[in-house]
Amino acid sequence: MSMAPNQPLTVLKPADYGTDQDVRWCPGCGDYSILAQMKKVLARLGADRSKTVFISGIGCSSRFPYYMNTYGFHSIHGRAPTFATGLSLARPDLTIWMVTGDGDALSIGGNHFMHVIRRNVNIKVLLFNNRIYGLTKGQYSPTSEQGKKTKSSPMGSPEFPIRPISIAIAAEATFAARAVDVDIKHLEYVLERAARHVGTAFVEIYQNCNIFNDGAYDYATDKATRSDNIVYLEHGKPLVFGKNADKGIRLNAMNPEIVDLKTVSKDDLLIHDEKTPEPNLAFLLSRMRMPDFPEPLGVFRDIQKPVYGDLVHEQITQAVKLRGEGDLQSLVTGTETWTVE
Amino acid sequence: MSVISDPQGLGGQLRAGKKSVTSLPSVTVRFAGDSGDGMQLAGSQFTDTSAAIGNDISTLPDFPAEIRAPAGTLAGVSGYQIHFSSTEIFTPGDDVDALVAMNPAALKANVRSVRDGGIVIVDDDSFGPNDLRKAGYEQSPLDDGSLAKYRVVRVPVDKLTLAATKDSGLGLKDSNRCKNMFALGLVYWLYGRPLELTLDHIAKKFAKKPAVAMANTLALKAGFNYGETTELFHEQYQVPKARLAPGRYRKITGNEAMAMGMIAAAQLSGKNLVYCSYPITPASDILHNLASEKHFGVTTFQAEDEIAAIGAAIGASFGGALGCSGTSGPGVALKSEGMALAVMTELPLVVIDVQRGGPSTGLPTKTEQADLLQVLFGRNGECPVAVIAAMSPSDCFHAAIEAFTIAMKYMTPVVLLSDGYIANGAEPWLIPDVSKLPRIVVPQPIAPTDGKPFQPYKRDESLVRPWAIPGMPGMEHRIGGLEKQDVTGAVSYDPANHEHMVHTRAAKIAGIKPAGEDLHLTGPDKGDLLLVGWGGTFGAIKAATLQLRAAGAAVSAVQLRYLNPMPQSIGDLMKNFRQVLVPELNLGQLRMLLRARFLVDAKGLNKVRGQPFTITEIVRAAMALLPTSNS
Repeated sequence: MSMAPNQPLTVLKPADYGTDQDVRWCPGCGDYSILAQMKKVLARLGADRSKTVFISGIGCSSRFPYYMNTYGFHSIHGRAPTFATGLSLARPDLTIWMVTGDGDALSIGGNHFMHVIRRNVNIKVLLFNNRIYGLTKGQYSPTSEQGKKTKSSPMGSPEFPIRPISIAIAAEATFAARAVDVDIKHLEYVLERAARHVGTAFVEIYQNCNIFNDGAYDYATDKATRSDNIVYLEHGKPLVFGKNADKGIRLNAMNPEIVDLKTVSKDDLLIHDEKTPEPNLAFLLSRMRMPDFPEPLGVFRDIQKPVYGDLVHEQITQAVKLRGEGDLQSLVTGTETWTVE
Repeated sequence: MSVISDPQGLGGQLRAGKKSVTSLPSVTVRFAGDSGDGMQLAGSQFTDTSAAIGNDISTLPDFPAEIRAPAGTLAGVSGYQIHFSSTEIFTPGDDVDALVAMNPAALKANVRSVRDGGIVIVDDDSFGPNDLRKAGYEQSPLDDGSLAKYRVVRVPVDKLTLAATKDSGLGLKDSNRCKNMFALGLVYWLYGRPLELTLDHIAKKFAKKPAVAMANTLALKAGFNYGETTELFHEQYQVPKARLAPGRYRKITGNEAMAMGMIAAAQLSGKNLVYCSYPITPASDILHNLASEKHFGVTTFQAEDEIAAIGAAIGASFGGALGCSGTSGPGVALKSEGMALAVMTELPLVVIDVQRGGPSTGLPTKTEQADLLQVLFGRNGECPVAVIAAMSPSDCFHAAIEAFTIAMKYMTPVVLLSDGYIANGAEPWLIPDVSKLPRIVVPQPIAPTDGKPFQPYKRDESLVRPWAIPGMPGMEHRIGGLEKQDVTGAVSYDPANHEHMVHTRAAKIAGIKPAGEDLHLTGPDKGDLLLVGWGGTFGAIKAATLQLRAAGAAVSAVQLRYLNPMPQSIGDLMKNFRQVLVPELNLGQLRMLLRARFLVDAKGLNKVRGQPFTITEIVRAAMALLPTSNS
């Protein structure tokens, strides 16, 4: 490829990361905000479009790659982690973002979701959790609340929901975080943290489906009530929340409890630590759920662990060191031969 | 079988013995015992030694799906058949000349395969009332005259093995495990084979366990000497070297050849091989073989399931590597959606199907050819893929190279069919000179220079789209399972475009021109009867055809290696024969295709017993279709 030496380095703007395709999400969908913040983060990081890949499964969220002017792969339902794993193994030089939803990742793709995290494959996983099946027009999902009335559960869903971050942590996630679609500054912060993590970075994004599950996250987005309903996690800081920062989370034996800061000192509050070697704190935080507790947003966990692809390639390097680069003729010849005159 | 007495000129390989030596052109031996008795090891050692002294060989390992089925029962019988010969052979042999049966169950399961007058060596110590009951014998077959047509040799293998190994220091249980070596030693003596190769093998395998090495060595030698010194055998047999094409040979199984072919394809194309697989019988050995060759830069990925395996392979191909996923029939079922995605996205991919008995879990360790229609049609939508079937263990090497060549050249998934028989069966292989293998050249895509977006579905004259991979600037594009506008690759629901794309995908596959021979023909291109086979039945069909031709019948055979696209010439060829017979290890899958495609009244010879064809089965079926004057 020829270089143009006299031209200044191109600095890409957020819009440069978008394609010319018409975005086909419903007007008002939370996905628009996530798309916009994603472009901003890539521009800020100066991401190389040719070395960035978006991989998705099936569902509304999984249309995401078509709108990013990078390499992209819209794959099959639930299997995005498998394509991402293979690509990451073949091409450790790439930055791979995987986009999935609550049905895609936790229902049909539950198995792969667990294993990609367990292996610590070097990819970023964004799970758009709208707690509903949108593309198939409104059936309950694995994160829908029990009793949810949908077309496939007219009498209310009899199923218990699972919590994506609990699953990720149980699968030994090295990075787990949560953000909300319309809290754009915080979303941008979380996406950037994920981008900088080495290993599987899992991000749950609360995303409003204004057609089939509108208002599912009003408690976390409504300006009047949100400060009482969410708590921002900051590494090394106590868990304080409330409109007037007047409430906190304290540990009582193994359980969190809400305390009033008028009567309890901040020093007695639970201090967030993203780096604990054991994930118990992150798991405990992932269990905090409305209406009993404010729901944590931010980075639950961020630790370093060897990356799957590195370990695999290290074995190849080791094998070459021990046995020399493979020679095809000696391979096909083998060790036991005989000659026919 | 004709017996040539040739006591002279055979001494070379034999120890100075006092018994007479009879020379035979070819012999089939089967070792049979419990699955824990080490019969596979005894068989493979006998094979290695026979190959090394210059016989042509063909083998049929036959083992149960259970790792340790209840001891002494029919379910637990494990066998290993070796056909070794002084002439060129194509099958593991129809009738057994010598059977080693380590217990009554092994005898019961295998004695029917022994020819009249054949040798049956039994472990006399394993025929107690309990052993007989477990095998379902009311009374001992050794005493009731039911084995009268065989030459039964009763050997107290357990006692002799214990006595032989007493100086090794091993306990009773471990010593008893050496009885396979005693039996092997005895059969080595019977056929005048040297012990050296197996002694070397024992020394290497048990280098860290000197007592075990010593016990196995003592047992092997004791077995050999037992044959020499007792009066049970009055003669020895000799099978001289085969007159194979000159050159250097090795022994090879299909799964070994497959792994080597894949590594060769990677080297010939300068691409990285990423092999993604979930453990499944009988394909797992391909994963094992590749995992132990990492110094070739091979990446192996043991996935969490079959679906993940094909997903990872497609992901690797998207990244510019050679993505491959190997499995067996049930795994192919799970990979269908992934294969369809690779068809839609037009990415290179190789899926290996080592077929086994089905449906469902079926007969995991037995062979069958019943996945042909599954790999051709078992996906949603109009979803064509290229299909190649390897014809023999060593052909897996070339078939693998060819599968990758087609996958890359035509940007398509290729299914490579093997089967349990050729995957585990062994044959001698004239070692290829790898410097003579043609390089695989993959065209480089070109980035647009006019500032317009890259066109991922712009095709060349063979309708092939470019393989632009992440990291190539200016060629960023998106692919996926939704129908795409031709040329631009944008998502399209346009009816005319969909019809165009369905036809284009079909035409691309139909236009594949393989590098190898279209048809593998035995005999002239016209006659009374044409046998049409595909894949792993090659050896049996060819051997049957040669036998029929030697008897004067106007029979030819053709073996198909390319199932999709199928060579047009097969249609013309079938017209030159009065009758067409299609032997298959299924209920007539190729026959259905031939009838549908060429309107030919093909007859079928169909077998679904988990076992390959014998030559006799094919000869008989052919004779039934031939004019009586010829039969």
